[in-house]
Amino acid sequence: MERLKSIDDLKKLGERLKDETFRPEIPRVRICSGTACTATGTPKVLSAMEEEAGKRGINLDIVKTGCQGLCQKGPVMKVEPLNMFYQKVKPEHARSILAYTVQGGMPFRQSLYRQDFLSEPIPEMTNVPFYKKQLRIALRNNGLIDPKNIYHYIAVGGYSALGKALGSMTPDGVLAEVDKANLRGRGGAGFPAGKKWKHTKSAQGKTKLVIANGDEGDPGAFMDRSVMEGDPHSLFEGMLLCAYAIGAEYGLIYVRHEYPLAVKNLTHAINQATELGLLGKNILGTNFNFTIDIREGAGAFVCGESTALIASVEGERGFPRPRPPRLSEQGGGAWGYPSNLNNIETYACVPQIIEKGADWFLGIGTKNSPGTKVFALTGKVVNTGLVEVPMGITLKEIIYEIGGGVMDGKKFKAVQTGGPSGGCIPEHLLDTPVDFDTLAKVGSMMGSGGMVVLDEDNCMVDVAKYFLSFCKSESCGKCPPCRIGTFQMLEILEKITTGKGEAGDIEKLTAIGEKVKESALCGLGNSAPNPVLTTIKYFRDEYEEHIHDKYCRAKACSGLGTFSIDHEQCFLCGLCKQACAFDAVKETSRSFFIDQDYCTKCKACYLACPIGAVKVEKQAKRHGVERS
Amino acid sequence: MKAAEIDVNEKIGNVREILTDTQKKRGILIHAFQQIQKAHNYLPEEQLILLSRKLDIPLSEVYSTASFYKHFYFKPRGKNVVCVCAGTACHVRGSHKVLEKFEEAFGVKEGETTPDLALTLETVGCVGCCGLAPVVTINEEVVGDLSAKRVEALIKEVKGK
Repeated sequence: MERLKSIDDLKKLGERLKDETFRPEIPRVRICSGTACTATGTPKVLSAMEEEAGKRGINLDIVKTGCQGLCQKGPVMKVEPLNMFYQKVKPEHARSILAYTVQGGMPFRQSLYRQDFLSEPIPEMTNVPFYKKQLRIALRNNGLIDPKNIYHYIAVGGYSALGKALGSMTPDGVLAEVDKANLRGRGGAGFPAGKKWKHTKSAQGKTKLVIANGDEGDPGAFMDRSVMEGDPHSLFEGMLLCAYAIGAEYGLIYVRHEYPLAVKNLTHAINQATELGLLGKNILGTNFNFTIDIREGAGAFVCGESTALIASVEGERGFPRPRPPRLSEQGGGAWGYPSNLNNIETYACVPQIIEKGADWFLGIGTKNSPGTKVFALTGKVVNTGLVEVPMGITLKEIIYEIGGGVMDGKKFKAVQTGGPSGGCIPEHLLDTPVDFDTLAKVGSMMGSGGMVVLDEDNCMVDVAKYFLSFCKSESCGKCPPCRIGTFQMLEILEKITTGKGEAGDIEKLTAIGEKVKESALCGLGNSAPNPVLTTIKYFRDEYEEHIHDKYCRAKACSGLGTFSIDHEQCFLCGLCKQACAFDAVKETSRSFFIDQDYCTKCKACYLACPIGAVKVEKQAKRHGVERS
Repeated sequence: MKAAEIDVNEKIGNVREILTDTQKKRGILIHAFQQIQKAHNYLPEEQLILLSRKLDIPLSEVYSTASFYKHFYFKPRGKNVVCVCAGTACHVRGSHKVLEKFEEAFGVKEGETTPDLALTLETVGCVGCCGLAPVVTINEEVVGDLSAKRVEALIKEVKGK
């Protein structure tokens, strides 16, 4: 790889690569090599493709891209020039795909996407409902390029924003553009990136740092992972632009250790960029220097909090500390140097803003939250995966049009946004447009963009308990409100879900929750009670049912309800009797029944019954009814 | 990698130019743990003592940092590490049942290792494969879309390893 010595060199290389790479006359397969598709079989499909192409003597260009989004239907691939989108591809399909699509020029119907079993297949990716409403800025290259090949990135226009900035813009100009675009932090809080950059720039001291927060710990969110794995160079370019704007020379990327592929791809990409002279000293022949180092986390959720992340980078326990000083101030950042910390997705948006201008960016999304946001749509929804949509789209559109509705035709109950710090949004608020401010107004938050759909089988108290137990175990223990408060709240929830709830528990929960929110030291503690508080707000009846009627309508909690066997349905298989560890299922010559004196409500029989003849009901039936 | 072999200047990366010696030594601490754990499968005491001497950081502080992070272990781990994802998406799709199945099959609880060091069973916050929930990782290999039947096959496979 030859070092680029000037901005012109980069331009020339870009033009040359545009013509040479991705030539339309060569048949091409863009296969998703993200973590999820790799787990469902990409490597096998790949080798089958290669072998088959060799046998048929086809000069096939295989591009191993990052995550293409539709994880559930993996492995997915696009076949060019016909632009066919295939999903759930198996190694044995390789032959047909090459024969039909590459050689025959027609679709291979079996692997095309279908909305359901009976509907007509949809050949083009852009027409698949999952992709139709999406607009990709941060994920623009995922699914297009091979993350391990820097030439691919340059061929699709990568690093041209850097060339533009270094060639024709002053650092203040870059900053002003980002500020004007009102790019808000994609990590959750939505603080405007431009403002943050300005603070860091105006801080005292010559040495400054640019840090990317890739400690994506929210369960149910994986957009940062996709950018780091699938398009590392757009992250670098964003960081380079930030460094140029604020005058920083050193960059750090903090990646959580659960993402080994991200670390691998980032390291590889750094080496390539350094070789090309896009990182290091005198970038593109200018006097701008910038280097990037990777720091791996070690499994602490709290390290996603900015001050805790800095402590971890310095090699300390990952404790947050009170602010000020802010990270952007002298004495506040890593090793005391003013540091600009942004989320991965935020940086990935920057190159496009510089290239296309702030006005273009402002034209997308809503007034106060311009641009797009990537969501990890998961849970009980038909199409799970990564979606990038313009801000202001409603939750309904995301869940029903992109996500295809709730799985197995069940009834929608709530959608949880923002991870453990967010809240649950009930059905009547589904028309809420998604942006930073409206989500906060309904008691939830944007968070990092996790979006978990819950159906009627999910108990809201149990969901609240799940998130709280996550926050409790991830609490670093430095400040008492978070350490003790979450523990106490969890204790009460534990009581409620095991049928020992008392009147007044809900009020206690709310009171403690409000206190923790007010007094905790860092963002983790401040937002830990959110899931509980919003579920109480919108699903208070479920809490009350647990406490007063000792009944869980979703039948998710053990220790609640009254168990009985429906004799009409029961076909006497006896599995419930085998499952019961307490001998509560009794047998007569013609039927099974549950002896309430022995029953511990452990749900073993309910789960064991193959036809659902074991019923869990609200009201305790009178003794003896079962025995007739 | 042994504690003695760690090159402070190389590992700290490009920021070395702006750091003092003490900051550099402190800065690679977590990286050093990772390297030691990679070689030994856990953090043996003698390695931590060596590390503390090499980096001039009191052993108490070395332990203090290491014990903060969930990823570091002070006891030997099993040959195979099965990690059940307990992320939100996996939770709502029934990961606790998967965990129970593994606990039953190997006679260990979450976070424990079998006495013969064949297997360690753990849970993780989220592996980022929520599209395939529920997910289990077996020695870093991700297995998704688990049903009751597939869990049983998986248990058999792990037992054979």
